[in-house]
Amino acid sequence: MSEIPAELKYTKTHEWARQEGEGDLTVGITAHAQELLGDVVYVELPEVGATVRAGGECMVVESVKAASDVYAPVEGEIIEVNTLLMDQPELINQEPYGDGWLFRLRPDSAAALDQLLDAKGYADMIAAES
Amino acid sequence: MPFIPHTDEDIRSMLATIGVPDIEALFDEIPAALRTTDFDAVPPGLNEIEVTRLLRGRAAQNHAAICFAGGGAYQHHIPAPIWEITSRGEYYSAYTPYQAEASQGTLQVIYEYQSMVAALTGMEVSNASIYDGASALGEAVLMAVRLSRRGKSPRVLVPATVHPAYRKVVATLVQNQGISLEEIPYDIASGAIDLEALESIKEDFAALVIPQPNYFGCLEEVDALTNWAHKQGGLVIGVVNPTSLALLKPPGEWGEVGADIVCGEGQPLGIPLASGGPYFGFMACKQAHVRQMPGRIVGRTVDLENKPGYTLTLQAREQHIRRSKATSNICTNQGLMVTAATLYMGLLGPQGLAQVAAACHANTMALVKRLTAIPGVEQVFEKPFFHEAVLRFPVQASTVLSTLGQHGILAGVRLDRTYPELGDTLLVCATELRTEEEIELYTRELAAALPA
Repeated sequence: MSEIPAELKYTKTHEWARQEGEGDLTVGITAHAQELLGDVVYVELPEVGATVRAGGECMVVESVKAASDVYAPVEGEIIEVNTLLMDQPELINQEPYGDGWLFRLRPDSAAALDQLLDAKGYADMIAAES
Repeated sequence: MPFIPHTDEDIRSMLATIGVPDIEALFDEIPAALRTTDFDAVPPGLNEIEVTRLLRGRAAQNHAAICFAGGGAYQHHIPAPIWEITSRGEYYSAYTPYQAEASQGTLQVIYEYQSMVAALTGMEVSNASIYDGASALGEAVLMAVRLSRRGKSPRVLVPATVHPAYRKVVATLVQNQGISLEEIPYDIASGAIDLEALESIKEDFAALVIPQPNYFGCLEEVDALTNWAHKQGGLVIGVVNPTSLALLKPPGEWGEVGADIVCGEGQPLGIPLASGGPYFGFMACKQAHVRQMPGRIVGRTVDLENKPGYTLTLQAREQHIRRSKATSNICTNQGLMVTAATLYMGLLGPQGLAQVAAACHANTMALVKRLTAIPGVEQVFEKPFFHEAVLRFPVQASTVLSTLGQHGILAGVRLDRTYPELGDTLLVCATELRTEEEIELYTRELAAALPA
């Protein structure tokens, strides 16, 4: 099974979220998701300053075989995007939890994170899917 | 769902939607004199000799006129090898080359086509073609709006000098997408986009469409227009005649940084007029915009043994992968037309194409000079033109058309329906096919038709 770091939170749509200081979240797609996609060749990043709702589409990750929407894990405002990915989209495959992060989000509510899955919940979900 | 098209109820509903009483009424705009009513079906059980005789007789009902009409579709010489090769079974039967391992020939043709279109337009990338020129412009407008969504209102400036049919198609395509099209008037003296009218536009816009040559055949001030649009933060969409590009500055070099998207009708490149189709649209853009370009691109790569191979790439925008978010919903790849165009460009080469373009220009210059020497006939616009010009007559344009038509001359394209302010004018065109004798014949018959 793909790596599922214990300290992160997860969505049913295969995003992960990490709480940074000040309550902001870093968001990416899971190792499992990038394996399913295959070689990522392009990302369409969200706009900084855009507001997103929980579960709303906010960007696109394009691999050699599919173009997939990425959904915001919680409601909030996009405060930073990973511009490294414009030239190196393969970072998503290489380090999905590291340099392959997608964007940072300032949640409207600190409690929103509680709605997400923990590592065990996510592991159970993908085990059930396979 | 039964695969039976057009039940009686479907037909009734379609007619009701567009407000037409019956099918016959759809053909109202075709003059009665042109319609053939005594046109029986081919009788059953004819032998080959009888069928040949029947069809020859029917073919003889077509009267080929000497064509001085253009307006977006042009009669050019098509060297014999082009359709001889294009109609080989290998090209003729192949539809869309999804299976790369079985379609290397077709894929390579498209790859060569893309390279030639990119070279001709001065752009970095070309797609593998679109349905026709008008829908290519519609797609270019949608693409420009996707590219400029950041902080921009979806508003596109479309000059009145863009082909009227193209403007209608674009309006139809974008009407439900929240995009507004703003018409830019032309300068009545020059026949080109009114630069002063542009200066009054202050609000944000996504793109400016620049036709070159424009519908009147006139050359637009492409450098000034391109720089103006870019200075305002808008993109530039060039709509160009591919033949003219052999002589004119390619859109990739317009202004300081060039046009962003280029499109047009590919028919002049080896496609017969054929009563209006099938034609194909071409589309090219800057590399930076390629992700928003509709349709597919064929790429060249190497296999494990380092042998070259061709494959469809950048397909992630298409329906079979992206479903409802596809950016290529009407991107019908006109493969066979593209094959003919590739052969046409390949056989003529840059020099041959430049000779065709120069001959078109020279013939139209000669035509305009001869016709305007007739008292009462004048050239309407003062701008330089490529291979079309607008002429005004001292009698009704429809009279000129019908009188010359009786002598086997297709005298031009009427403008009074789309540009009523121009009065009795025709858009006339002389391609490389028009001979001195034919130009002389036009001149003589026109002089005879006008009041002394």
